[in-house]
Amino acid sequence: MRARQGLVALSLALSLALSLALILPRATAAQQAPAARDTQMVTPEGLRSNASAKATDPALEARTSGVASGLRCPVCQGLSIQDSPSELSQQMRSLVRDQLAAGKTDEEVRAYFISKYGEWILLEPKASGFNTLVYALPILVVVGGLGLILTLVRRWTAVPAGGDKT
Amino acid sequence: MSRTRAFLGMLIAVPLIWLFAKSMSRDPRDLGPSPLAGREAPGFTLAVFAPGQEALARPVGDSVRLAMFKGQVVVLNFWASWCLACRDEHETLSEVARFYVGKPVHFLGVLYNDDALSGNKWIAEMGGQSYPSVLDPGARTAIDYGLYGVPETFFLDASGRVAFKNTGPVTATVLRRVVDSLIAAATAPAAPAASAAPVGAGSR
Repeated sequence: MRARQGLVALSLALSLALSLALILPRATAAQQAPAARDTQMVTPEGLRSNASAKATDPALEARTSGVASGLRCPVCQGLSIQDSPSELSQQMRSLVRDQLAAGKTDEEVRAYFISKYGEWILLEPKASGFNTLVYALPILVVVGGLGLILTLVRRWTAVPAGGDKT
Repeated sequence: MSRTRAFLGMLIAVPLIWLFAKSMSRDPRDLGPSPLAGREAPGFTLAVFAPGQEALARPVGDSVRLAMFKGQVVVLNFWASWCLACRDEHETLSEVARFYVGKPVHFLGVLYNDDALSGNKWIAEMGGQSYPSVLDPGARTAIDYGLYGVPETFFLDASGRVAFKNTGPVTATVLRRVVDSLIAAATAPAAPAASAAPVGAGSR
């Protein structure tokens, strides 16, 4: 019985550790982001030009936001160029807008940034090749954990051979 | 039996936790070689705001096109007046650029997210700059080169490809080693230029 409890405690501890490993980096990155912003300057001119472009074409702005939300800010930690107020992010956003306005597709704009910064620039890696592991592994861990819990619960609740004579 | 299971669990969990911790705490600048390494350098046409000195001087307002340097090595240094690390490399870059006067090498500064007035003031404070610097409106050229920050220095070979990238202040040793190897590759009769050049990202 002690061995079983030990096994359950260990599996729970491992699940907790894995969950923390998955969740904590995102939380830490979000906390670090504001501090990282001071490496770039935000100029009033940049903000004004951004605001004026926003007012021109809502459809274009929506597409720009969509693409920019998936591109990582190179001078921040865990922020997209859509969310970052850094000057470089504003300039990258403006470039996204210009390329879309020039007739490029969303995928072509993403491909442009990948060609300059590598796949690192994508906030969410493409679900292909080795990257598939990133998406598949959490599901496998959850399914495996549930299976383990179910197996253990069945064992605990199973009536021992000979039955309870009390 | 339970010990075996515990061991197997640890065998799976520990490398996973290590992998996540390692990848999430990595500095974006240390991600390895630039995707541009070995590829044709993005072209540009930018205006000179700081003329440089003597033999390397170019008039202010002069338009500099990358295509003008075809057949020659180009050292492209991205900098800004608000960048503290740029102070560390400024004198070295100026001196090495002077050393290569008359050789098939062009040094060019690109001002990143800064204005001409601040740039010129900074150059004067630093005692001048031997080679010219150009403006990069909207940081379009910086983004074209996949810039993370300043200073970053790109070395383009004689065929116009990105041969090497140095992140952070560049040293005289790196400058001379890379430039010499690129000149040697360009002047070697049968050697392919790209293969002789050190391709990849430099350390800070």
